[in-house]
Amino acid sequence: MTYKLNGIQLNEFFARVASDKKLYLPVDTENGARFEEWTEGKTLSSKLNTVRSAKDFFFPQVQGIVDFKLEGKNIEVIDRREEVKDFVVFGVRACDAAAFAVLDRVFLSEHVDSFYAEKRNAATVITLACSNPEETCFCSSFGIDASAPGGDVEARLVEDALYLSPLTEKGEAFVESIKDLLVSADDAVVEADKALIKAKIAKLPLASLKPADLRDKQLETFESEAWAELSQSCLGCGSCTFVCPTCQCYDIRDFDTGHEVKRFRCWDSCMYSDFTLMAAENPRHTQPERFRQRFMHKLVYFPMNNDGVYGCVGCGRCLKKCPVSLNIVKVMKRIGGVKNEQ
Amino acid sequence: MQVNNSTGSKDVFRPKIVAFCCNWCSYAGADLAGTNRLNYPADVKIIRVPCSCRVNPLFVLQAFQRGADGVIICGCHPGDCHYTSGNYYARRRMTLLFSMLDFMGIEKGRTRVEWVSAAEGAKFADTMNDFVSTVTALGENRRLEDLRCRK
Amino acid sequence: MQKVMLERAKALLSDGTVRAVLAWEKGDFAYDTTPAVFNSAERLEKGFVYSPFCGANLSKYLIKETQKEGKILVFLKPCDTYSFNQLVSEHRIKRENVYVVGVECKGMLDIEKIREKGVTSLISASWEGEQVRLVTADGEILADSSELMQERCLCCKSKKHVAYDELLGEEGEVLDSNRFDEVARLEAMSAKERFEFWRGELSRCIRCNACRNVCPACSCEKCIFDNPDSGVQNKAAADPFEENLFHVIRAFHVAGRCTDCGECSRVCPEHIPLHLLNRKFIKDINELYGEFQAGETELPREPLTEYKADDVEPGVVYERGAE
Repeated sequence: MTYKLNGIQLNEFFARVASDKKLYLPVDTENGARFEEWTEGKTLSSKLNTVRSAKDFFFPQVQGIVDFKLEGKNIEVIDRREEVKDFVVFGVRACDAAAFAVLDRVFLSEHVDSFYAEKRNAATVITLACSNPEETCFCSSFGIDASAPGGDVEARLVEDALYLSPLTEKGEAFVESIKDLLVSADDAVVEADKALIKAKIAKLPLASLKPADLRDKQLETFESEAWAELSQSCLGCGSCTFVCPTCQCYDIRDFDTGHEVKRFRCWDSCMYSDFTLMAAENPRHTQPERFRQRFMHKLVYFPMNNDGVYGCVGCGRCLKKCPVSLNIVKVMKRIGGVKNEQ
Repeated sequence: MQVNNSTGSKDVFRPKIVAFCCNWCSYAGADLAGTNRLNYPADVKIIRVPCSCRVNPLFVLQAFQRGADGVIICGCHPGDCHYTSGNYYARRRMTLLFSMLDFMGIEKGRTRVEWVSAAEGAKFADTMNDFVSTVTALGENRRLEDLRCRK
Repeated sequence: MQKVMLERAKALLSDGTVRAVLAWEKGDFAYDTTPAVFNSAERLEKGFVYSPFCGANLSKYLIKETQKEGKILVFLKPCDTYSFNQLVSEHRIKRENVYVVGVECKGMLDIEKIREKGVTSLISASWEGEQVRLVTADGEILADSSELMQERCLCCKSKKHVAYDELLGEEGEVLDSNRFDEVARLEAMSAKERFEFWRGELSRCIRCNACRNVCPACSCEKCIFDNPDSGVQNKAAADPFEENLFHVIRAFHVAGRCTDCGECSRVCPEHIPLHLLNRKFIKDINELYGEFQAGETELPREPLTEYKADDVEPGVVYERGAE
């Protein structure tokens, strides 16, 4: 079932949503589009994607966990878990929405990460179809359809009109809550838009990039000589990791304030020399090993443990942000991670 | 008059001052101020360092992080360094560091370098009195504090 | 230029003068060039590129490369040669293991500025006098270069190669640069305005360390911020203080050695104008201790490793500027 706004402007729609719950959406800033809380006067960014990925909503860079206060011989433990109120995220692109599914596999399986789960449960994700995909996009390589971005509600802007299709129970509930703003829409418009986007995606320069299934070639890939050569240019910084919507490594650290100890978790990068120090030392002593780890994880280990799902969603952020343009596309091409084309 | 917000009380604001004093001149100068019973505020916490050039810029920033409202570095007068030239290096470093903190918008009154010899007990006391009153006027360090360290 | 460079590289490789070539390699697009070590003529033929998108400063890679046996050829743009000299002065590069070929540079382009202009499907870009010719899939555009150049190139300090074994193209000159204007603009603000300016900029820092890792002056084997025993190791700013701490100390640790190559700002994924911190130190050094350009010559005494008995007192900070 698809709905469309009943003759009202986007901002009226945002105002209505924000009157009930906090609403976040991509807003243009001096430094690119960023997710911000909607307040009167803020408008939806026209940019394709945000500088930082949407993973921040569920897996923020820094998260306080617990404080320890020492008084005499007593240690007081203060829970730093904050109450999470329901919120709505609007304008998540297909790649970032697919990244949530990757993160879910990590944080919601076996030992459920309650900090992540709480935020995930509280969120209603409204995705937005990519009417103008960019040349650095390659989500289609990983089977992600930017014309049908998923989430709880799928939204699309067709000739400035907003169409909404609820996909989950949460999505249905959301649509129900604003039903008076909506009218039923013609599915043909949606289908036509999908076809248009798909045609655009097919023409993108990276559209032909198809990842190879390396699950049976773990050792072979690991021992490839390409790693040493590729990693020569890698600076060992964490730009790719931190702009990546699926990178999910973190460190848990204690900060001694002088009167208490604050335990928090923060993003970590496998590119760093001080990664994984908790047991003894970083098992990967050199940059080529660390470099290999990042891409092996995304292209080999993650699919091996997750029914073939890749740890990359093709958002293209690392293509734009790597200081030396050494990105996952180049790596895939060099290590045999691309299916041979005819 | 400032109100000490952290306790919520109406106490007079008393700044926390960290004074890095070189072992050979300024620390002895502080000692002399003490033996001469010259008054200077107890808010000044002295950290003895072998030479003013031992003060790493990190020490200054970390002092602010841990709640200092002002940081002062005291060393031998130029030319009198126990190690010949340590204070000359410190002079350049701290000039540049404090200029940078000013550039970052940190109130410049919160940082100072002063040369105090072992014989200058009175100068030590005067310097501290003056520095404390400058920092008191500026109020609590808000721009270069670490909120986690606030009590 | 690219053709001349390629021929020269192939010649020096084939006659055994050098064992490899450190240069830029083509990517999937016109702008995603990557520094690479080429060890054969075939690879050079296939991947070598020199275009207005070869901004990466190759000198830092020489630290590792010159530890290996044999000579390596490196192409250095004028500003890269300053970093090179500085690294040689610090004994980080083995000079005898490098063959430096200086190459002229008309300023590097900023792909984000090109994207902002709405240009897509870029195939190539080339210089035409003061203009840039952008060839795209939809046709050609001739644009004013000042609108598309990287910030650091708009206030280029020197077109002169201060170190080379061989020069391709014309020898340039040290330029009269206005690179301190932005620092001066900030200095003229009130402390509160400056504080707010930097808070706004530094609050975007994601601590990816790209600024540090790309910096030719940041060449410590183990950075204090990565060292668990240093007391200041941190991976993310859990408090705004840590953003200030990291960036002040990062800039301070290279003060007097920073050649102002501008790589820190070029690589910042959040577009924080980090070069302004470095430039502030350079400006202060120039004003207080005499004009100094790091890397201008090999083996100079640096401003923070020397002193004069009559240096200005730190009190000078309080006498200057607003407030």
